Amino acid sequence: MSAVYLESVGVLAAGLPDWPTARRVLSGAQAFDAAITAQPNPLLLPQNERRRVPKLVRWAIAAAQEAMSGAGRAAADVTMVFTSSSGDGEIVHKLCEAVAAPPREVSPTLFHNSVHNAAPGYWSIGAGSRQGSVALSGHDASFAVGLLEAASLVLAEQACVLLVACDLPYPDPLSAQRAIEASFGVAVLLTHAPGTGALGRWEISIESGAESTRFPGTLPRTLASNPAAHALPLLAAVACDAAATVPLTYVGGRHVAVEVRPCR
Amino acid sequence: MSPLVISHCATANPLGLGRAATLEALVERRGALRPVDFEGAPPDTWIGRVAGLEEQPVAARLSEFDCRNNRLAQLGLRQDGFEQAVAQARARYGAERVAVIVGTSTSGIEHCERAFRERDAHTGRLPPWFRERHSLSLFSVADFVQRYLGLEGPAATISTACSSSAKAFASAARMLQAGFADAAVVGGVDSLCLTTLYGFGSLELLSREPCRPCDAARDGISIGEAAGFALLERLAPGTAGVALAGYGESSDGHHLSSPEPEGEGALLAMRDALGRAGIAPADVDYVNMHGTGTPANDRSEERAIVRLFGDAVACSSTKGWTGHTLGAAGITEAVICVLCLEEGLVPGCLNVRRIDPVFSARVVVEPESRHLRYVMSNSIGFGGSNCSLLFGRLA
Repeated sequence: MSAVYLESVGVLAAGLPDWPTARRVLSGAQAFDAAITAQPNPLLLPQNERRRVPKLVRWAIAAAQEAMSGAGRAAADVTMVFTSSSGDGEIVHKLCEAVAAPPREVSPTLFHNSVHNAAPGYWSIGAGSRQGSVALSGHDASFAVGLLEAASLVLAEQACVLLVACDLPYPDPLSAQRAIEASFGVAVLLTHAPGTGALGRWEISIESGAESTRFPGTLPRTLASNPAAHALPLLAAVACDAAATVPLTYVGGRHVAVEVRPCR
Repeated sequence: MSPLVISHCATANPLGLGRAATLEALVERRGALRPVDFEGAPPDTWIGRVAGLEEQPVAARLSEFDCRNNRLAQLGLRQDGFEQAVAQARARYGAERVAVIVGTSTSGIEHCERAFRERDAHTGRLPPWFRERHSLSLFSVADFVQRYLGLEGPAATISTACSSSAKAFASAARMLQAGFADAAVVGGVDSLCLTTLYGFGSLELLSREPCRPCDAARDGISIGEAAGFALLERLAPGTAGVALAGYGESSDGHHLSSPEPEGEGALLAMRDALGRAGIAPADVDYVNMHGTGTPANDRSEERAIVRLFGDAVACSSTKGWTGHTLGAAGITEAVICVLCLEEGLVPGCLNVRRIDPVFSARVVVEPESRHLRYVMSNSIGFGGSNCSLLFGRLA
């Protein structure tokens, strides 16, 4: 059996500032309103760190803490799986700019913040956690790649996993090579046994043939350019409390299929 | 956990191409560090460089992936009959059932660095030859390896700084246990780039001489580059060789770039690995330390080792030979551990003039030759990311 259970969700995007709003939008109860801005506030971090951490870390931790709030579990007890196509593009840009010509001075803080696992690193500091964590990338398939890692952890180790996916637009000129047109962060808490408040049961498999994630038609096309936002059709099935088979873009000429079943 | 057999492994590192060249250098105590000669790099440091990358582009069928990091990946795949072993596994299990999990810290950022040097003076645009997806993208290396080997199973890049390719083993082991694959190519690739050279320089972590892990006067790391791969399979009855017996992971929860001084996180990872293998500290014959050569890292790890093993276990770092190959350190040292188990070799630390007098761990300087049952390999990365791998001889 490759089923995991969804305990809670955190979402962050313009128009989808939190899970309660996203749930209404994805179920059709409320129209998408891009004017509602996303305001990542990583309260988990000490106040002096909050402003200093990279933007991607702020987004990832904000989504993560929403999923943890009301989950009935301590932040220090979950294993974080972080997935992102490109990490923090602003940092990549600044580093490449800094080393392009003499004097080639790199900021030490910028450098240590450049690691792809900065978000789980800061999370462990803020949460006082010694749990292992991992950071992955799968380009356009980053969400499914993270989901497979999270599912493996849940199934093989009975771990309680906080899967966090986040991608932000690249600055110019990298944006010309890789257009991510909207910012998006999501966190889902996954467990091996259904708790009383479980939001759904996800049976995850890798299937033959390349299929792409199908984005809900009510959402702006720009979100579809964000690898982390491939979580949206899964969340839509949860929001509608409906059984569904959700294909996700994957690698190797195949796709990931998630059989979503409501927990009642 | 059920042990997973390492049916094949391959390495390309500054000591040479392949397992035999690596073993020979270890036995002859011939390190590979040299004064920095990488274009644009900061002066006064030493590096471990893999020769010949400039002349060996990636295979024509994958030419869009051509960059230093993927060239190094290809060179690694071409060593030790690894490609052929994977082809057999592909025939045995099916291309869809063999996973590819590759660790890297910077992937093809060196390609992007060069593109930034050639930005259009007026528009700021990057040159047309730059391809984000095929070089800069962290996934580029796993994508390249999967395509190069003709595999269609699960694939991922793991990027947790200097623990990346150790954690690839843990991820692959879980993926096999969860049933998403029947075999896995795990590995790591990291190549020299200005980002890491200047970045570690800015943190004042670069040694001015060949790095000297565990030495009283150690003053930092020497950056190296490497690629390495291992083929992991479930154990069939009667299988001989070396197995991944356990893995352990933890976070420091302390600081993004400084280790927790008492080594609490490293201790948890090592203990986790022993627990997963179901063995006691006394069963471990050698610990291949992360041992980067910075004052704080080696001290913290030494504390952790002493807390778990006392002063009984032989430990050393092999970074004095190869340099710190960052995201490839886990796989490079995993291959070294396999060689140590096969040959009964405990390599002593290189470049040590005087072992740090505050250390109470049994740091080995002179090589030892004896039968080894289990060896442990530690990897510790920025973000407080710890991973310990435990390798054992199959009867």
